[in-house]
Amino acid sequence: MRTTSPDLRVDLCRVRLPNPLVLASGILGTSAQLLERVARCGAGAVTTKSCGPVPRTGHPNPTVIDWGHGLINAVGLPNPGVEAEVEIIAVARELLAPLGVPLIASIFADTVAGFAAVAERISAARPDLIEINISCPNVAAELGRPFALDAVSAAQVTAAVRAATELPIIVKLSPNVTDIVAIARAVEGAGADAIAAINTLGPGMVIDVESGRPILANRVGGVSGPAIRPIAVRCVYDICTAVNVPVVGIGGVSCGRDAVEMLMAGATAVGVGSAVYRGGPEVFGRIRDELAEWMSAHGYTSLSDFRGIAHER
Amino acid sequence: MSGDLPSAARIISIAEENTRVKTFVLDAETQAQPGQFAMVWLPGVDEKPFSLVDDHPLTFTIARVGLFTRQVHALHVGDRLWWRGPFGRGFEIRETDGVHLLIGGGYGAAPLVFLARRLRAAGQRVVAIIGAKTKTELLLETRFAAMGCTVIVATEDGSAGVRGLATDVAWNVAQQETVAAVYACGPEGMLSAVELLCTGRHLPGQVSREGYMRCGLGVCGSCHYGPWLVCRDGPVFATNSE
Ligand SMILES: Cc1cc2nc3c(=O)[nH]c(=O)nc-3n(C[C@H](O)[C@H](O)[C@H](O)COP(=O)(O)OP(=O)(O)OC[C@H]3O[C@@H](n4cnc5c(N)ncnc54)[C@H](O)[C@@H]3O)c2cc1C
Ligand SMILES: Cc1cc2nc3c(=O)[nH]c(=O)nc-3n(C[C@H](O)[C@H](O)[C@H](O)COP(=O)(O)O)c2cc1C
Ligand code: FES
Repeated sequence: MRTTSPDLRVDLCRVRLPNPLVLASGILGTSAQLLERVARCGAGAVTTKSCGPVPRTGHPNPTVIDWGHGLINAVGLPNPGVEAEVEIIAVARELLAPLGVPLIASIFADTVAGFAAVAERISAARPDLIEINISCPNVAAELGRPFALDAVSAAQVTAAVRAATELPIIVKLSPNVTDIVAIARAVEGAGADAIAAINTLGPGMVIDVESGRPILANRVGGVSGPAIRPIAVRCVYDICTAVNVPVVGIGGVSCGRDAVEMLMAGATAVGVGSAVYRGGPEVFGRIRDELAEWMSAHGYTSLSDFRGIAHER
Repeated sequence: MSGDLPSAARIISIAEENTRVKTFVLDAETQAQPGQFAMVWLPGVDEKPFSLVDDHPLTFTIARVGLFTRQVHALHVGDRLWWRGPFGRGFEIRETDGVHLLIGGGYGAAPLVFLARRLRAAGQRVVAIIGAKTKTELLLETRFAAMGCTVIVATEDGSAGVRGLATDVAWNVAQQETVAAVYACGPEGMLSAVELLCTGRHLPGQVSREGYMRCGLGVCGSCHYGPWLVCRDGPVFATNSE
């Protein structure tokens, strides 16, 4: 038998990714050169740190802690504001173009109109896709309850962004709901081209037992990394049974086997965030190679050979 | 398994280095390379990055510049500080012929004390050039002398040692001595001058840079310097002049 390396390419909303691994928002997405580095390390697409209408300094430290089975974070969405972000995206696009790695611009706002305004402004910089972060659990005190916690609000934001841009839009959902499928259906109905799931779990809390104080300055934060993978896989599985749009499966993926699992749950692409903590930016090349090796070992030549097979068994 | 949560350590001694700087010795130890840093936490206040001055016992030299460092300076022997780390990449020590040239500005002298201790323990010759604007801001110069390093003090106003910049002194030393390697920590302007020196004289150089640290873990991207993360790929970077 002739052995050829498996085809890892994937189309997400008519955008071609050289492989299904996507840098998740909020991890290393703060500068054009860092995004380029992650792409060179083997990511199939890269997502910018979520950007809002105006600059934000974020929460005081501690903001991110390794608690033993993953991370907990309350960074508080620090970002330079959409005007500065447009510059970053323009530079990133030029750096990424020769690599054939698409750019996803992540946005947030505190009102429906704010989401539309940021989406319209960011579209001028021509990212390949826009991701709408309606699911950050760490800024409720300032920005209000995440829109992703309620199907009606989630749909309103989606519809407003849909009307504000021609670019394909990904809506990023929260696992911190009783029925993620209802939210997924609502955003699909409102015009989402894809769904990303999941954002961080919780919020959770870690207390320093010497001082008796919560460690994060924000007291609570979103949980990520290996500990949340089974929940992420279940969310992706459930969403894929209910909607027709593609799903970017995110949560606790740190090796080729984990990526295979996400794809078997039905994901079209696979987000990687916290694994960068242990593996560095190079983790993308490693997971990509492990995925390819697994496919070769199992006689699969393309991702569609096994995508979603957990639904049939 | 509780990951890398901050650990509490008691302060066992405090030394006043100058009017704005104190050295805190803790009843904790770790294994670190000179140049690595830790995130130091005061519950309810903040958590900020500081270079290790020693790993055994854990020691920090902290300049009072704002809210967090003011609160640290208010602590007494017996009080506690929390820390996590060590993080990042420190100075790489190569034992070769010639003198090891250390150039420190401001609290940049702190990690260089740790480096000098390691170099001296390995029997290497060390020349430490310690720069400051004026005499009262000089830092740790006596520590280097006590370890048997040749110390050259440079102040911009000439109130102590040579008048001028530490990097100007470094050019002179590089002319008179065989320099094995250059190591620097200080303000960005000084580091640029050190890079020029290393390129100009074809010297292997390493400089410790600063970035705005949040996670210290290489995930948040806050400390980016070009395509690099100061907390993970640095804080010590090669000058690429070899
Ligand atoms: C790798 C590294 C090693 C350091 N080592 C030492 C040391 O050995 N001794 C020492 O005295 N200082 C050191 N610093 C600087 C020290 O972190 C800051 O002085 C301290 O954070 C100031 O906090 P503050 O609340 O007192 O002052 P603020 O008023 O909050 O800040 C004063 C200045 O400190 C810097 N700073 C503040 N927060 C941060 C942050 N999270 N990350 C990086 N810089 C910040 C900024 O330049 C700011 O303008 C180091 C910094 C880095 C990045
Ligand atoms: C430090 C940190 C910052 C994050 N910031 C964002 C953000 O700005 N926007 C967003 O949509 N998700 C953010 N996330 C969530 C991640 O994109 C991802 O959905 C989540 O961490 C689960 O994936 P993982 O287990 O691979 O990290 C952040 C996560 C971490 C750990
Ligand atoms: S401080 Fe977060 S990546 Fe360096």
